[in-house]
Amino acid sequence: MTSIGTGYDLSASTYSPDGRIFQVEYANKAVENSGTAIGLKVKDGIVLAVEKLVHSKLLVPGANRRIQTIDRHIGLAAAGLPADGRTVANRARDEAANFRETYRSPPTLKALADRLGQFVQVYTLYSSVRPFGTSTILGAVDKDGPSLYVIEPSGVFYGYHGAAVGKGRQLAKTELEKLKLSELTAREAVIEAARIIYLVHEDAKEKEFELEMSWISPETDGLHLAVPQDLFDEAETKAKEELASGFE
Amino acid sequence: MERIDMQQLKSGEVNLGTSIMAVQFKDGVVIGADSRTTTGSYIANRVTDKLTHVHDRVYCCRSGSAADTQAVADIVHYYLQLYSQTSGAPPPVHTAASLFQKLCYENKDNLSAGIIVAGWDKEVGPSVYNIPLGGGLFRQPWAIGGSGSTYVYGYCDATYREGWGRDETVEFVKNTLALAMARDGSSGGVIRMCVITEDGVERLFVPGNELPKFWTGTEVLSQPKGKVIDPQVVPMAVE
Amino acid sequence: MDHFPTNWGRPRNDTWDPYATYPIHQRPQNHQPKDRFAEGVQHTQQPIVTGTSVLAIKFKDGVMMAADNLASYGSLARFRDIQRLHPVGKYTVLGAGGDMSDFQYIQSILDELIVDELAAADGHTLGPKEIHNYLAEVMYSRRSNMNPLWNSLLVGGYKDGKSFLAYVDLLGTTYTASTLATGYGAYIAQPLLRRAVEGRENELTADEARKILEDSMRVLFYRDARSLDQYQIATITADGVHITESRKLETAWSFAEGIRGYGAQTQ
Repeated sequence: MTSIGTGYDLSASTYSPDGRIFQVEYANKAVENSGTAIGLKVKDGIVLAVEKLVHSKLLVPGANRRIQTIDRHIGLAAAGLPADGRTVANRARDEAANFRETYRSPPTLKALADRLGQFVQVYTLYSSVRPFGTSTILGAVDKDGPSLYVIEPSGVFYGYHGAAVGKGRQLAKTELEKLKLSELTAREAVIEAARIIYLVHEDAKEKEFELEMSWISPETDGLHLAVPQDLFDEAETKAKEELASGFE
Repeated sequence: MERIDMQQLKSGEVNLGTSIMAVQFKDGVVIGADSRTTTGSYIANRVTDKLTHVHDRVYCCRSGSAADTQAVADIVHYYLQLYSQTSGAPPPVHTAASLFQKLCYENKDNLSAGIIVAGWDKEVGPSVYNIPLGGGLFRQPWAIGGSGSTYVYGYCDATYREGWGRDETVEFVKNTLALAMARDGSSGGVIRMCVITEDGVERLFVPGNELPKFWTGTEVLSQPKGKVIDPQVVPMAVE
Repeated sequence: MDHFPTNWGRPRNDTWDPYATYPIHQRPQNHQPKDRFAEGVQHTQQPIVTGTSVLAIKFKDGVMMAADNLASYGSLARFRDIQRLHPVGKYTVLGAGGDMSDFQYIQSILDELIVDELAAADGHTLGPKEIHNYLAEVMYSRRSNMNPLWNSLLVGGYKDGKSFLAYVDLLGTTYTASTLATGYGAYIAQPLLRRAVEGRENELTADEARKILEDSMRVLFYRDARSLDQYQIATITADGVHITESRKLETAWSFAEGIRGYGAQTQ
């Protein structure tokens, strides 16, 4: 962090002499400190999973959800500042509703990611605003089939087969790369997603966490819904077992 | 009692007192229209083109006020260019129809526009949408519109069959429009048609002096007795 | 309340178009502009493409609703495959008479409402009561802005073990009863429905309820010149919403064969 103290990192509207915008890079740091979020695009659907770190035992279980529904067929998992994640999600809902109203048909994820990317990017231009400290994974099954995008604090967005953001992203990406995502069913992907979240969670360092999982699959009739309790329990149990056996 | 205003059009307004039509078939759609534009009973344009391009594979047929429908078509044309540039693919016909519907519905107090939207897209293939006066949106296998259409509902109901090919569909559109133009004083001139398929848009033209001929009643009124019916006359085929 | 959607917004006397056959694009209007500015803002419209009656009754297991498939254009039977029963969420059906473009608009705002509610994921779902109340607010606010949504609507549903059936129209008027009918049905079918249903709401089986609606739809087809013999029935019970495919009414005409003249004539 040699840049600190040079004065070029105080505003999002000022470049450093070598062409960087430090405020955006700091925003990425906010994301890197967050619990891991992953998204899997598979043969017949989408699975989102989040390692939600619970910073206090006094919190009501299930509070401060990090996976949200944007439209019937679109889900969003946020990593980074939870409040920023909610702002992006609310904007995503507005954009999706606006698309529906204009074209009388459900938005494709590509169109939504494009609009959200523009929204996030605008917050990197002015000294009066702070870039979003959140990377959001967007998943949907639309007319083109399953699709998955990540929007970063800079406003760039990429399409992925598997995506990981937050603390454990490196390990999670390595695990995702081992999977044959395009051959997996959503049901199988839920098991894998739970396993990866449990794997990347650093038990020693971190406090407790809650696993959050949602999916869009043939079983949900194209809707973005929480993974049903029985499947969730199965996935979580398997994840715990595998982790325990791996340490032996 | 107050006198009632019979005129829906604003005074002096140019009217597409029209016959328009669109029919889907396996590989595409055939759309057609007459070419008459009137101000009152004066024909302001006898060779109008009421088949309006809004995107590569989506056209609309306009009826009602010429000014209103041109303005609406221009706006939709703009939106569809925007759509195809931002989404990277041509718009589905449904999208185009929805845009027309939105404009017609939200401005229903100020517009007199009856529009048929038809075309081809890769999601559903050929499709035809009807947007009548109030701004509702109705998908139909075939649609007719304009003042002339009221005279040919029966003909269309009796004639239309599912599963037609291109040529039969073109004949159907041509005959329907000719019948409507013959009975509706506000329709006339030439028949313009477009065949819209995945491969492209083909323009067809029937001059006003080569329209399909049907029974006109002249042989009853003015022909000398015993004269054989003109063999050119095509009997209306009703199954 | 005038229950004929085609009459709404039209002259009160029969000087013009007593049979509602006048071509709509030249429909007479109620008033002439009073000055140059009067035609500037002319909100209160008229229905153009219209649907006729909707019928609904309560029965043992929930609510049943019926509407035909016609959307008229004046006296022209213009669209004959229109669905006027619209499911809203898992517990509710909305049936509409009046202007079909306004009905489509209502469908789209309800769809938006349902998506918002899904996205909130707060463990609450909208039932028929909430949807009816929402619609009443929308309808009343639109009429207060002198720009009504030209419909009469029935909202029927079943949630938490309770049936719900209520009416709301272009003025924001609401009422509830165990039998309801809009349009021509309010005159013709409602008495039939009351006789068949009132006091027996907790006894009627689905089959009996269906028969009652079918019989009323048949009478309406005989007597309503803006109706069709093709219709659908929606059933809302603990099992959720079910809307039938379009079906055709059985009608009887053979008795007419022997009728001669209009009085003394015998052959």
